[in-house]
Amino acid sequence: MNKKILKLLNGNARMKTADIATVTGLSQEQVIEEIKQMEQIGVIRGYKTVIDWEKTEAAYVSAIIELKVTPKAGQGFEEVAKKVAHYPQVESVYLMSGVYDLSVVVKDKTFRDVARFVATELSTIESVTSTATHFVMRRYKELDVELLEGVEDERGNYLL
Amino acid sequence: MISYERIINPVLANVRPSGIRKFFDIAGSMNDVISLGVGEPDFLTPYRVRSIAIKTLEKGRTRYTSNKGLSELLEEISRYVQRKYAVSYDPKTEILVSVGGSEAIDVALRTVICPGDEVIIPQPSYVCYEPMTRMIGGTPVILPTKAEHDFKLTAEELRAAITDKTKALILPYPCNPTGAIMERADLEALATVLRDTDIVVISDEIYSELTYGGVRHVCPASIPGLKERTVVINGFSKAFAMTGWRLGYACGPKELISQMTKLHQYAIMCAPTTSQYAAIEAMRSCDDEVAEMLEQYDDRRRIMINGFNRMGLTCREPRGAFYAFPSIQSTGLTSDEFCEKLLYEERVALVPGTAFGESGEGFVRASYCYSTAHINEALNRIESFLKRNGMYHS
Repeated sequence: MNKKILKLLNGNARMKTADIATVTGLSQEQVIEEIKQMEQIGVIRGYKTVIDWEKTEAAYVSAIIELKVTPKAGQGFEEVAKKVAHYPQVESVYLMSGVYDLSVVVKDKTFRDVARFVATELSTIESVTSTATHFVMRRYKELDVELLEGVEDERGNYLL
Repeated sequence: MISYERIINPVLANVRPSGIRKFFDIAGSMNDVISLGVGEPDFLTPYRVRSIAIKTLEKGRTRYTSNKGLSELLEEISRYVQRKYAVSYDPKTEILVSVGGSEAIDVALRTVICPGDEVIIPQPSYVCYEPMTRMIGGTPVILPTKAEHDFKLTAEELRAAITDKTKALILPYPCNPTGAIMERADLEALATVLRDTDIVVISDEIYSELTYGGVRHVCPASIPGLKERTVVINGFSKAFAMTGWRLGYACGPKELISQMTKLHQYAIMCAPTTSQYAAIEAMRSCDDEVAEMLEQYDDRRRIMINGFNRMGLTCREPRGAFYAFPSIQSTGLTSDEFCEKLLYEERVALVPGTAFGESGEGFVRASYCYSTAHINEALNRIESFLKRNGMYHS
């Protein structure tokens, strides 16, 4: 596992192999091989794009849902977490410390879609004892990327 | 009618305005220019530092500090210099907090230079040393460093430049624009030349935190025989991305620092109070932030050096600061011609090496204080430029 490559890809998943090779001092072939291995052993699980949906025409709404769950004997939270994770609307699922158990990020086209999903799917799962839905109103930062306007290079060309 | 020509100090009137100003004015009037010209970090000051500054403002800590700086900061600087460079300075008598490194250089020169005294200035180097020397009647003795010596100052070159009028030597390492550093052996060789003289070393170490390849900066004052003649100049701008805070410091023998403090007292009073509080936090708790910035500079450095060398613009490995200094001699153009043509044809702004002294002819400075995407775009444009003009020799 190559932590430096992971760090570079985490900063920019589209960083060119040639640049990764230059930075790490490896050959391009070695970089490709390292990445392939990390994909195979499941360290790298995928590559995604950070999209500012507000800039698109797309209908997009997301919510964070807190689930309280009665853990099953011998299973803990695994079974219900897996069940929740399978839904295509679910973006992420985390087991949490604190007053609730699972934090679920759900995305869909409209508020109503999300509301229906919670009411008809999540809340009806047998071991789920309660849900609390928090709609996202505005996104300021996503996966380390600030989604703000007016972040310009204000440095002058002084001779320094 | 008032005659400003008669009024203005002719020494000042004859100081050339920074040659690059005109060039950047042109660049500023064009659209879609991609610049590698900036000499300041693209990172913001670490949040915790900004936060401390805000808190001190809220508490109303807005008054003058003592001339030399807050005692807490002086102590922190003393600890930092000891920890990083293994040199001890008494915070009560051997350290002065200044308005950026620049002011400290100026007061150091004023403290020792009388009219007619010679100041040895290795070039290519930062632009302030020569005009500052001239303004106080000193004579700059320009010492061109050479690419084949990795732009280091050698003992032979230094020895040959010393006369009975030599009063001071500027040591601008890690070097802007060449990226050169001086290692222990290099400095020990200089020390043998300087040891039995009364020459003062003004060591501008503003880039000391930015060295690459696991090589740490060696402070000249840590070399036997140099501490008693060296004024160490450093500051917060580059290492902590604190350019706009205008805060630097000087460390040196108390006999020099006390005189420098007089100049500082009458011209400046004290360095900005808010910045001084921020600086305490920077030195105390920002090692991780500094290391992270250094890692990113190093990544970009490698991409840039590799890019220039790939397209036949030979670029020695810069081992410090955040500039590449590739040779453009293979193009047959002068540095000025190259930069101007590149700006007009491909809208990439570089700085001609001659901006840093005549010995910079044949080189250009490219800063890597930019994202890798920005650097790659600039490199692509330079490559197109070379290819179109038949100057591409890979």
